[in-house]
Amino acid sequence: MPEGKFCNKKPINTEEELRELLSDTRGTTYYKEMEELDVDSDAIQATLQKTLKSRLKTWLEVCAHCGLCADSCFFYIANNRDPKQVPSYKIQSTLGEIVKKKGKVTNEFMRHVMDTAWGKCTCCNRCATYCPFGIDMGVMFSYLRGLCFTQGFIPWEMKIGSGMHRVYRAQMDITTEDWVDTCEWMAEEYEDDWPGIEIPVDKENADIIYTVNAREPKHYPEDLGEAAALFHLAGENWTVPSEGWEETSLAMFAGDWAGCKMQVESVYDAIDRLKPKRMVVTECGHAYRATVIEGPYWCGRKDGKPPVETLHYVEWVAEALRNGKIKIDPTKKIKEPVTYQDSCNYIRNAGLRKCAREIMSYIAEDFREMKPCGEHNFCCGGGGGMNGLGRYRDERNTGFKVKRDQILETGAMLVITPCHNCWDAVRDLEETYKVGIRWSFLKPLLLEMAIVPDHLKPKE
Amino acid sequence: MYDFVTGPLLWLSLIIFFAGLIFRTVYYIKGLDTFLDRVTYGVNTAYGVKSAIKSVLHWIIPFGSRSWRVKPIFTILVFIFHIGLVITPIFLPAHNLILEERWGFRLPTISDTTADIMTIAVIVSALFLIIRRIALPEVRILTSAYDYLIMLITVAPFITGFISFHQISDYQFWVILHILCGEIMLIAIPFTKLSHIVLFFLSRIQIGMDFGIKRGGMKGGGKTW
Ligand code: SF4
Ligand code: SF4
Repeated sequence: MPEGKFCNKKPINTEEELRELLSDTRGTTYYKEMEELDVDSDAIQATLQKTLKSRLKTWLEVCAHCGLCADSCFFYIANNRDPKQVPSYKIQSTLGEIVKKKGKVTNEFMRHVMDTAWGKCTCCNRCATYCPFGIDMGVMFSYLRGLCFTQGFIPWEMKIGSGMHRVYRAQMDITTEDWVDTCEWMAEEYEDDWPGIEIPVDKENADIIYTVNAREPKHYPEDLGEAAALFHLAGENWTVPSEGWEETSLAMFAGDWAGCKMQVESVYDAIDRLKPKRMVVTECGHAYRATVIEGPYWCGRKDGKPPVETLHYVEWVAEALRNGKIKIDPTKKIKEPVTYQDSCNYIRNAGLRKCAREIMSYIAEDFREMKPCGEHNFCCGGGGGMNGLGRYRDERNTGFKVKRDQILETGAMLVITPCHNCWDAVRDLEETYKVGIRWSFLKPLLLEMAIVPDHLKPKE
Repeated sequence: MYDFVTGPLLWLSLIIFFAGLIFRTVYYIKGLDTFLDRVTYGVNTAYGVKSAIKSVLHWIIPFGSRSWRVKPIFTILVFIFHIGLVITPIFLPAHNLILEERWGFRLPTISDTTADIMTIAVIVSALFLIIRRIALPEVRILTSAYDYLIMLITVAPFITGFISFHQISDYQFWVILHILCGEIMLIAIPFTKLSHIVLFFLSRIQIGMDFGIKRGGMKGGGKTW
């Protein structure tokens, strides 16, 4: 059987296909079908010839086999220094082989490639910092995922994720109506505590267009309420778009580059439509990476930038604290030891280390850095889509050990995690290892600490 | 034989060496692509250049990068090895003598003693690098026969050069072998991963530009290697 009903080379493009695939619980049939899926070697080879150019080719070729990258990878450390987890080995034994064999690989091999590309790498790009040649396995595995996607060898959840973006322009099944309703609902919810609060939808020429992670409207709508309260407190002239509000990209984790483009274009269209001065992205790392850092390239923007200047939430918070738009009550600062989880996507890969430190200087009395931290920090263990993949649950939980030990070493029991993947990962690592740590986004903490001027307080 | 290996064969290997490396460089740069690599090499280039310079400097200075610092012994080995590899042949008195005889110019030279020390340093550090390859599981798994062949090609001119210079055994034989080994190395460089004598710099410049232009350089964060 070359192409399965669920597992095939075609991406999901309709709601119906999506629902069918979802009905195959945990992808049982999907993965069975995968064992029969044909490999189109010619197509692989054609793609390689078109897209494997200077930098990837050179990386594969000049790798000195020195092993310096081994210790940089948290999977290697967490798996008792298993040589099979050395970044260079992982890529040479997958992409390297495909290139050597000119795409002529077996079905079994492709499944091994999938299990490596999604189960042994979170595309955290840490190894690039430690390799003398700057060889970036995160970039290469991401490329390899793209290759796997075209061949249909992708984890079940990834196929669904990419399909969600293609169908809903969001990583979850949220329609425009659902989203706008949630905005209205949250504005009402917060009205009692914050008289005059608004979540303005589709307001033109606002100073800020705010975009989110679909999990917020779907699972924790209060996050949206909190964002509104903080914008209200800071006196910002802001809006959310009715369409193009989703910043995340499971399509990026899936290697579905066409899906990535569709998703990001919806956001850029919203910007073109509403003409805001700037964009602010919620506390999510990969969303920022997808829409701000990589997105412009998927859409063919020659300047490599989104249509307007874009801030990650931590940049906006740092700015608001710096300008005094939000003032912190010194008596309410966090007194206990607290640490900060540097997200790979906006710290290592987008240079926002200083913003995070600046925020901590305003809100924490006893801030403890992890070792190492900043651009050198380890991945939370849940990045690159890992959090959502049932097939690699054990791999992920093992990987958590590194982050667990890093946190415990700081002596802090509270971890600030302004990134959805990090937040989930720390939650799940606590669930797995029960070490007694707590975790939080910035928004609820800021709301507890901020000084609210009298005119914004509810009248008793 | 001596005339042949120091005449036409030397010319040939030098031509292959230089032309090969020029080709590699041009081919690399031509294959860079804003959209495939997702780096706007041509926009905000100044940020890229700044970051590229940092990206190279931190890695050619011993202990300049965190990676070098966390592996001090390996770092010392690598630097001794590479410094010896580059300095010895270029500034060796004997080589410069030939240079002057043939083409009428010479470079400044190191003393014969320094050359000896560096040659031994290259051979010894190579030995340790090979032992490391075998001893550490994370390096062993990456290693293939090709890696040993490359090492042999690199170190052979040093071993044969040392033997012939000190006239330990039949000088005529060893000096010809030495020249042949040197020529094999020159020819091998553009065709093997020894091409990293240029590709190291190109690759570091590329990743530097990537981080400088796209991944944070413009936010003032700047990559600290
Ligand atoms: S990108 Fe991260 S997870 Fe992947 S191999 Fe490199 S260090 Fe390991
Ligand atoms: S550190 Fe770089 S050169 Fe060394 S083995 Fe890893 S990828 Fe290859």
